[in-house]
Amino acid sequence: MSAKKTTNSPKDETKRDFLQLTAAAFGVVGVASFAAPLVNSMNPAQDTLALASIEVDISNIPVGQAKTVMWRGKPVFIKHRTPEQIEQARAVDLAVLPDKQSDEDRTQKPEWLVMVGICTHLGCVPAGQKESDAHGDYKGWFCPCHGSHYDTSGRIRKGPAPKNLEVPPYEFVSDTLIKIG
Amino acid sequence: MGSGPREKFDNGLVEWVDSRLPIFTMMQKEYGVFPTPKNFNYFWNFGAILMVMLVLMIVTGIVLAMQYTAHIDYAFDSVERIMRDVNGGWLLRYMHMNGAHFFFVAVYLHIFRGMYYGSFKQPRELLWILGVLIFLLMMATAFIGYVLPWGQMSYWGATVITNLFSAIPLVGDSIVTFLWGGFSVDNPTLNRFFALHYLLPFVIFAVVFLHVWALHVTGSNNPSGIEPKGKQDTLPFHPYYTLKDLFGLLVFLIVYVMFVFFMPNALGHADNYIEANPLVTPAHIVPEWYFLPFYAILRAITFDIGIPFTDITIISAKLGGVIAMFGAIGVWFVLPWLDTHPVRSSRYRPLYRTFFTILVLDFIFLGYVGSQGADATLMGVPLSILGLIGTAYYFIYFLAILPWLSKNEKAKPMPKSIHASVLKGKKAAASALVVILVGLGAAGISAPAMAAGEYVKPPQKEWSFDGFNGTFDRAAMQRGLKVYREVCAGCHGLKRIAYRNLTALGYDENQVKNIAAEYFVTDGPNDEGEMFERNAIPSDHFVEPYANENIAKATNNGALPPDLSLITKARKDGANYLHGLLTGYEDPPAGKALLAGQYWNKYMPGHIIAMAPPLVDGIVAYEDDTPETVEQYSYDLTQFLSWAAEPEMEERKATGIKVLMFLLAFAGVMYAVKKKIWADLH
Repeated sequence: MSAKKTTNSPKDETKRDFLQLTAAAFGVVGVASFAAPLVNSMNPAQDTLALASIEVDISNIPVGQAKTVMWRGKPVFIKHRTPEQIEQARAVDLAVLPDKQSDEDRTQKPEWLVMVGICTHLGCVPAGQKESDAHGDYKGWFCPCHGSHYDTSGRIRKGPAPKNLEVPPYEFVSDTLIKIG
Repeated sequence: MGSGPREKFDNGLVEWVDSRLPIFTMMQKEYGVFPTPKNFNYFWNFGAILMVMLVLMIVTGIVLAMQYTAHIDYAFDSVERIMRDVNGGWLLRYMHMNGAHFFFVAVYLHIFRGMYYGSFKQPRELLWILGVLIFLLMMATAFIGYVLPWGQMSYWGATVITNLFSAIPLVGDSIVTFLWGGFSVDNPTLNRFFALHYLLPFVIFAVVFLHVWALHVTGSNNPSGIEPKGKQDTLPFHPYYTLKDLFGLLVFLIVYVMFVFFMPNALGHADNYIEANPLVTPAHIVPEWYFLPFYAILRAITFDIGIPFTDITIISAKLGGVIAMFGAIGVWFVLPWLDTHPVRSSRYRPLYRTFFTILVLDFIFLGYVGSQGADATLMGVPLSILGLIGTAYYFIYFLAILPWLSKNEKAKPMPKSIHASVLKGKKAAASALVVILVGLGAAGISAPAMAAGEYVKPPQKEWSFDGFNGTFDRAAMQRGLKVYREVCAGCHGLKRIAYRNLTALGYDENQVKNIAAEYFVTDGPNDEGEMFERNAIPSDHFVEPYANENIAKATNNGALPPDLSLITKARKDGANYLHGLLTGYEDPPAGKALLAGQYWNKYMPGHIIAMAPPLVDGIVAYEDDTPETVEQYSYDLTQFLSWAAEPEMEERKATGIKVLMFLLAFAGVMYAVKKKIWADLH
């Protein structure tokens, strides 16, 4: 049977081309499906993802005090604001803000301010969680690295930071429990 | 290289690069038109296969290293985290682990092919020596890599092998202390092993480059052992051998993938799923199969060599064994000067072929001897004696038979050229393969005898998770969890399972949350610096029954109740063993007195067990009408703990079937392509 194959008819050529293309396609798919799990293994693992959302008990934070919790490796500020602080945050004319956002948009309940405690300039953690801390010109938070001033709504008012402190996704599971993430 | 005259390329960009760095010219010359003997059989596939395996090992190794922690307290945990939490981590680890086994399968076939066809002979001596060097580096890398998971076999293997160096007179002990970076295998040892395990593959890569370079200077040997005499004897490497290599590679990968997905631990040892414990040596320390022949040679020397009729010892048994073992590989380096017969291929040397075949069988037999306990016997003959005979033949073959044959063997008449040899039959490769397969088969059949002695084979039950597409029984797992929580959890931890993992049993997130909330964990310190108790949440791991191992031992008559997360994987034939153990309590045979706190179990190795029979009929109340019997409890618990040990199993098998189908189709297409290309020649 091998003796028959000495000449290549055009039909044979097409068959060979088709076979080779199929083989090449298999090769590409094979290498890609080998590479995919290697790359995917570098994504956050299941134990990391399991901590992607946390529940925080806020019943023990008195008015005027704040609590810092770790969420996805970052500090989250939870501030129980006083009526004056809420008043201050809401009285601001949006036109004067570098990053225009109303306090109503930044909070779900006026007395609770939840935000990621990382300065939007270069990633330092602003001071202002404790009463003895520096609070900046706007009585909120002050970043000691390059002097960004945040107000009682965590909005940037003065200094090099371009954006307000980020509000993470969160929800009130009950009056005393919030779920962040 | 590649600095000679150059032909221009049509593609502008290619030409631009090539005129500055003639890499395309080199590729074209070395892998495109490279003249290759036209009579290769499939034994010549293994070079390419090894190259692919080396790359596969390096690539999977790099991503594994990103997740691995080289510290004695975290190494074992980090490997389990790879298996359970890292995306596709089980796949990477099983590819890497079984990749090592198949790397050695390929390298042994490659080496014995070289011996059979005389590929080491003039002018390929240096090519051969570089190859032996690569093999040594591979052995070192594999040994060091096996230590990294920090299981019992890792630890004790490392201890035994590093102790080999203590046999060196005078400085031995100092060398061992130096290797350890301390006074036993410990954290410094693990750290340096990890550093070296990352480094050595790249050293191998460099030596492989030299090996291939040397190959391309002399050209390949071929089954006839006759040098090509002109164009009629050779073919361009591409497309003929690129395609043939690819087809061979795919067949090899199909076998490899069967192991990765369907029996990933078949070639390993269950003991390595027990975390390293410097206080307990496993009953049988056995190296990985690819070291077994050399291990047998090490153990074969059980006598001191000294001056006769005096007490003076020149070489102790310990040193003798070490010398024999390293000598067994060392002798390969000088093989080109031991076998100087002018004819290369065994095809034309019937005597050489006979002795070589015996050597291969001897090597496999030594592997079998190495796998057995030190006091084992075969048909009434102590294996230590058979091992010594096997060792003796090994060295006599290289040091006496080969030199003798070189001078005295009359070769059969040889064809004038490769071209002429092709016209003859090609049974040699097939018969060589048969020899190897028969040998391996024989070794395989006798392997189950390995764990004889006190071991009683548990009854073989049919489990829903057996076979190519087996799955866990969800209802049984839920009941098994109940049995675990109400009975086992009093003494046994399950620390590698987080409550969130229980969704795999068919629970929804709220049910998991409720289960978790029934447990209390210690957390903290809080803002006041105090530890506090809170309800567990899904991301917590199962709460341990004891605060530490010492309390666990003290409350259990000195016996540590093992953590159950890996129990079915850490025991041979795990599921059947567990079920056998739970249902295997009986009265001790007459005349066997048990101490207080000891019980007799048919399937426990040694039969004496410190755990009181944990299950009795009706001890756990099931919510439905499932029988509340010991048999049923044990079945349910085995389902649950088998899942706990291998939570990836269902995904693994499902993926495996897809990968296997793909590779089979790919191999089919590749075979057709290869046949089409080669058809023009025949």
